[in-house]
Amino acid sequence: MGGKMLGSIQDLYCGISRMMMRVPRPVALGALGIVLLGVPLIVQNAYYLDLLFLIGIYMTLAIGLSILLGQAGLFSMGYAAPYAIGAYTAAIMCQRYGVSFWITIPCAILTAGLSGAVIGWPVLRVRGDYLAMVTLGFGEIVRITLNNLKFTGAADGIFGIPAPRIGPFVLTQSWQFYYLILIAVVLSWIAAKRLINSRIGRAWNCTRDDEYAAESMGVNTIWMKLLAFIVASAWAGIAGAIFIAKMTAVAPETFTFMTSFMILLGVVLGGMSNISGVVIGAAIVTLLPELFRTFEDARLLAFGIALVLLMIFRPQGLFPARDKVTTEEE
Amino acid sequence: MEIFTQQLINGLIIGLMYALVALGYTMVYGIIRLINFAHGDIFMSGAFIGYFVFVILGFYSVHFGFLIIFLMFIVAMLVAGLLGVTVERLAYRPLRQSAKIIVLISSIGVSYTLEYTVRVFYGASFLAFPSNIGQQIIHLGFLQVTYIQLFIICICSLFMWGITRFVKSTLTGKAMRSIAIDQETSQLMGIDVDKVIAVTFFIGAAIAGAGGVMFGFYYGEINFLMGFLLGLKAFTASIIGGIGNIPGAFVGGIVLGMLETFGSSYLGGQWKDVFSFVVLIAVLILMPTGLLGEKVAERM
Repeated sequence: MGGKMLGSIQDLYCGISRMMMRVPRPVALGALGIVLLGVPLIVQNAYYLDLLFLIGIYMTLAIGLSILLGQAGLFSMGYAAPYAIGAYTAAIMCQRYGVSFWITIPCAILTAGLSGAVIGWPVLRVRGDYLAMVTLGFGEIVRITLNNLKFTGAADGIFGIPAPRIGPFVLTQSWQFYYLILIAVVLSWIAAKRLINSRIGRAWNCTRDDEYAAESMGVNTIWMKLLAFIVASAWAGIAGAIFIAKMTAVAPETFTFMTSFMILLGVVLGGMSNISGVVIGAAIVTLLPELFRTFEDARLLAFGIALVLLMIFRPQGLFPARDKVTTEEE
Repeated sequence: MEIFTQQLINGLIIGLMYALVALGYTMVYGIIRLINFAHGDIFMSGAFIGYFVFVILGFYSVHFGFLIIFLMFIVAMLVAGLLGVTVERLAYRPLRQSAKIIVLISSIGVSYTLEYTVRVFYGASFLAFPSNIGQQIIHLGFLQVTYIQLFIICICSLFMWGITRFVKSTLTGKAMRSIAIDQETSQLMGIDVDKVIAVTFFIGAAIAGAGGVMFGFYYGEINFLMGFLLGLKAFTASIIGGIGNIPGAFVGGIVLGMLETFGSSYLGGQWKDVFSFVVLIAVLILMPTGLLGEKVAERM
């Protein structure tokens, strides 16, 4: 039954994408753009706008992780770590040193990217399950360290972060942050698409599919893996900085294993390397807890069962990437 | 000196708990290369099953104290073992040919399912386990141990001896070793692979269940989330000992227990878990085959 239901979701998605294909691309993108821009005019409720903001954060994170998991084929079960490092970098700079929000974004990218280099280093030695455990361990170390250090505000975290401003204009309303995250998601999307179709993207795919073949074709696989970790982590840094600007506070409990896992799940549900699918996967993952809210205590019980069923009936994700080579073979 | 020997015993006891759970990781990983994330939660379920038995029979504990403790262990082991087999059948067997990440997500799904099933029945707060048993101190030379600590040491040694014998000298044990080397060829040789994997899960889960009851007796309280972190640490222990190696699980457990006890007494208790994870990462990177391990992990 579960399989059937998921199948119909898949059919719906195929149907929509086929319909979209008949419409000329610029027209379709234009229509989508108008809808996305018009959302705050229709949705006035702050709760829904905040939910959309959170979905946007998860979309940015999922696009970043899909670079690592989908393109380079490397696991990370600790993706909350660079997210946390980006968020704390921005928070400390804004709140303690009064640095403008817009300057903290590149700094968050830098520190998160650096953390990616640190965690990427073991990648050169382990893979598969062991990589999953190394990244999980790293994620937990970052969270517990943030929880213990006085400098990062221990368990209370950092609060009272000043709102970002553009000249005299201060961003405080939900709809303003909606536009901020919309810009971030759109830019992430474009950047990811361009990166995937670049020489680096092809090198990643090649490393993922057959490391030895890639090596023999002159791809520096070690550098490519490290680069994937750095790029994916830097991406999480952006999401972290925007997140704290909206929340005006940050605490270690945001960055648990559950967060890492939810992002990972969004990417897997979205079909790993298919950016459009990953974005939808991230939206589903953010909405899932809201959907299961009716189960109350058994919310995560239902979630656990749903996970097992999904993996058994749709291991390729809800929206698998249409691989150019396999479609030719068919 | 006094403090040092006491720390030594504390480290040994916590290490043996890790070892009991690590045994399941190591047996399962050794055979089908699966990190069973739900294993820590089977350990937790074992503790709750023991608690359930105690609540039902606790009334008679004045007269039949030891019988009830015995029953708690037996029932917890049986039910946890069956739980392990069920989990394997429903959540892992259909995915045996799938990508690793899919099985990993499925096992995390099982982990949530077990945790929150227990939560639905017993709530989120800590439950008091009967802990007034075996607290009397025995003096062995300059060592001071309680009865319960002695009991844990004896039971763990017994388990280790039994499992090692089982894998070494029974036909099923031989089949396990054969599947670990080559699953397809084993099947061609007439080994019922599914059955042997189920037996492996049963043994691993049953011992984790016994570990859960022991944990309850030793620390006096249990909680539905206690399996996650302990599971990760037990996994670390199995890596330290060399994953796939049964005596290695015990060596790894004891080494991790000692490292953690002494590490946290120098660094402060709040860094204890950080220390364990640093050990995990260091071992995975620097010596992925562990102390006694065979080369099973895929490396560069």
